[in-house]
Amino acid sequence: MKKNRILAAILAGAMTLSLAACGGGSSAEGESTDGEKSASDIVLGFAQVGAESEWRTANTDNIKQAAEDAGITLQFSDAQQKQENQIKAIRSFIASDVDVISFCPIVETGWDTVLQEAKDAGIPVILVDRGVTADPSLYVTHISADALQEGAKAFNWIDEYMHEQNKTPRGGGDQFQIAILEGTVGSSVAADRLEGFKNAMSESQNAAQYNIIASQTGEYTRAKGKEVMESFLKSDGDKIDILFSCNDDMALGAIQAIEAAGIKPGEDIVIVSIDAAKGSFNAMIEGKMNCAVEHTPNLGEILMETAVKIVNGEDVPATIEVEEGIFPADIAEQELPNRTY
Amino acid sequence: MEKWKKITSSHLFLPVFALALLLIFNAFATPGFFSIEVQNGQLFGRIIDILNRASILIVLSMGMTFVIATGGIDISQGSVIAISGAVCCYLIGGATDGTAQMPLFVACLAAVAVCAVCGVWNGFLVSKLKIQPMVATLILMTAGRGIAMLITEGQNITVYYKPFTYIGNSIPGSPLPTTIYIAAAVVLLVVLIQKKTSVGMFVQAVGINAEAARRTGLNVTAIIFIMYIFSGMCAGVAGLMESSMIAAADPNNAGLNMEMDAILSVALGGTLLTGGRFYIGGSIIGAITIQTLTTTLYALGVSSEQLPVYKAAVVILICLLQSEKFKKIIERKSLNQKKAVKQV
Repeated sequence: MKKNRILAAILAGAMTLSLAACGGGSSAEGESTDGEKSASDIVLGFAQVGAESEWRTANTDNIKQAAEDAGITLQFSDAQQKQENQIKAIRSFIASDVDVISFCPIVETGWDTVLQEAKDAGIPVILVDRGVTADPSLYVTHISADALQEGAKAFNWIDEYMHEQNKTPRGGGDQFQIAILEGTVGSSVAADRLEGFKNAMSESQNAAQYNIIASQTGEYTRAKGKEVMESFLKSDGDKIDILFSCNDDMALGAIQAIEAAGIKPGEDIVIVSIDAAKGSFNAMIEGKMNCAVEHTPNLGEILMETAVKIVNGEDVPATIEVEEGIFPADIAEQELPNRTY
Repeated sequence: MEKWKKITSSHLFLPVFALALLLIFNAFATPGFFSIEVQNGQLFGRIIDILNRASILIVLSMGMTFVIATGGIDISQGSVIAISGAVCCYLIGGATDGTAQMPLFVACLAAVAVCAVCGVWNGFLVSKLKIQPMVATLILMTAGRGIAMLITEGQNITVYYKPFTYIGNSIPGSPLPTTIYIAAAVVLLVVLIQKKTSVGMFVQAVGINAEAARRTGLNVTAIIFIMYIFSGMCAGVAGLMESSMIAAADPNNAGLNMEMDAILSVALGGTLLTGGRFYIGGSIIGAITIQTLTTTLYALGVSSEQLPVYKAAVVILICLLQSEKFKKIIERKSLNQKKAVKQV
C-alpha cells in the first residue's frame, strides 16, 4: 500500500510535469522526447465482460486490434460474465501497476471499493460501453454509444426517407402508421432507444404526420419479433407503413412474418432497426430492409487515444460518445465487407 | 341433467371450459379474431397463428406429460430445444447462396438423435442413479445452452436453405403450416401407443407407487428411462420447428423458459405433478390455452410492462377453477343456498 502511495505520488508528479510540458507547448517537435509518454510505453489493463454475443466478440477483437495498432501493451482479462472475476482482474491490474485500467462493467453496482483502490493507487480508470452507479470522481471518463441518439437517428432517417420517396400512407388518411418492436423490458438500452425515437418524433416538425399504431416487446429475439409482428399484421396489416425495431434480430423475424402475410418488406413497409450487424446487411441487400442504425462495438481506437491522453495528463471529457453510422440499404452491399459483427 | 353432470365431471371439462371462455372473450374484444383468409393458397388468421405456435408446445407437452406421469419432471426441455436447433442449423450450414451442406433429412435426424442422447443422460441420472428429477434435469438445463453455444461457436447461425423453413412454416401448396401436421402426427403416435399397448398403464402404475409397481414385476427403471428419452426427442422435434420458424439457430433464446410453459400446459390439462393419472387431451388443450392467452394479449395491445401480470392473473384463475378445494368451497356454498331455500 505504502509503495503504491509513493508510486502514485511519483506518477502524479510525472503527470504535472508532462502537463507543464504541454502547457509550455513552444517546442512543438520536442513533445515526444522527454516528459511525454508515447503509446509504446503505456500498459493498459482491460477487463472484458466475456463472450456473450457476436457483438461482444467483435468488441473484444476491436480492442485487441486497436491496442496493437497503437503500440499499447494490453493486459486483457476475460471475466466470463462474472463481476467477481472483473474485480479480481482490476485488483491484479493495480498490483502489477498498469498505466491505465479500463473495463466494461457487467453490472452497474458494486464497484465503489475497487474503484477507490485504483484511485488510491493513482491509476486512472476508463469505463467502456456500460456505465456504473459509483461516484464519477472514481473514474476519469466513460466511453459509450448513446442509445437515445440511436433511437433519434432512426426516426430522423425515416422522416427524411418518407418525404424523399414521396410515400403516402397505405391505409389512406394523412398519417404514416408506425409499428414498434421494443427491446427487453427493464433493459436501459432498450428504454433509451425507444425514448430517443419517440422524443425525436414529437420534436419533429412533421410530428403530426406520424402515429404509433402498435408497440410491443419482442424481447430482442427473432422468434418473438416474428410472433409479435404476426399479431400486428392481423390487426393493422393493411395500415402499417413503418416498422421500427429496437434490434436487428427482431427485425429479421418480423420480415419473415411480413412476407408470410403477402406484404413486401422494405417496400410496403419501411423497416429500420438498430445494431447494424451482418444479418441486417444481408436483408438490406435483398431489399427487405431499408436502414440500419449502427450500435458500434468499435470502441477500441477511441479507448487507446483516450488512454494516451490521460497518461499524458491531457483533459478528457467526463463522457465520450462514439460516432455511430447510419447505413441505408443502397450502401449495404459496399459496406458489408467492412462489417466486423 | 344426468348427461350434463357427466360432462361437467369429465376431466376435460375444465380445461376446455377455460379455453372456451378465452375464445368467447376474444369474439367480443378482438375484432376479426376468428376471421381466416386465404393468402397465396395458405390459410391466414389468428386462429392459424395460435395453432401454429401451440403445435411446438403440444409436442413438448407430450414428452412432459409422460415424464410427469412417472412422478418426475424434465426442466431441461428448453435447453434441449436450443441444442436441437443448433445441431440442425450447424449441419445444414449458413451458406448465403441457399445451399445445404447436408441433406435436410439427415440434419433433422441427427438433431433428434442428439436430443435423444440428452434424454438418455437425464434418464440415466433419474432412473439409475436415483437423483431427484428436478436436480438431475437442472444439470442439462444449465449446461444445455452452453453445449448449443459450443456447437454454433457462440453465433446465431442463419440458414438460407429454403426447404429448412418448411418445417416451421408451410410447404408451398399446403394450406396449413407444417407444424400442425407434425403435432398431429406426434399426438397420433402417442394415442396409438397408449391404446394398443399397456405403456400408458405401466407409466401410471410407476407414478402412483413405484415400489408397488416394481413388486408386481414391472421394470420401473426401464420405464422411467424411456420416458426421459421420449421427452428429449419431443424437445428435439420442437427445437426443429422453433429454429425452422425463424430460419436460424439462436442458442441464447430458443426455447427459453418453454419447459415452464410445457409444465403449465400439463398442469392446466388436469394431470397432477405428483404423477399417476395423466391426460393427453388435457395437455393439448392446455398448450392451446397458453398460446391463445399470449396471442390474445398481443391482439389487445397490452403494453410490454404489463404483459406478465395479465398472464399470471389468467393462469391463477384457471388453476383456481381446477383446484378440488376451490370446487368444494363453491359446491358447499351452493348447497347451503339450496338448504336455505328449502328452509324458507
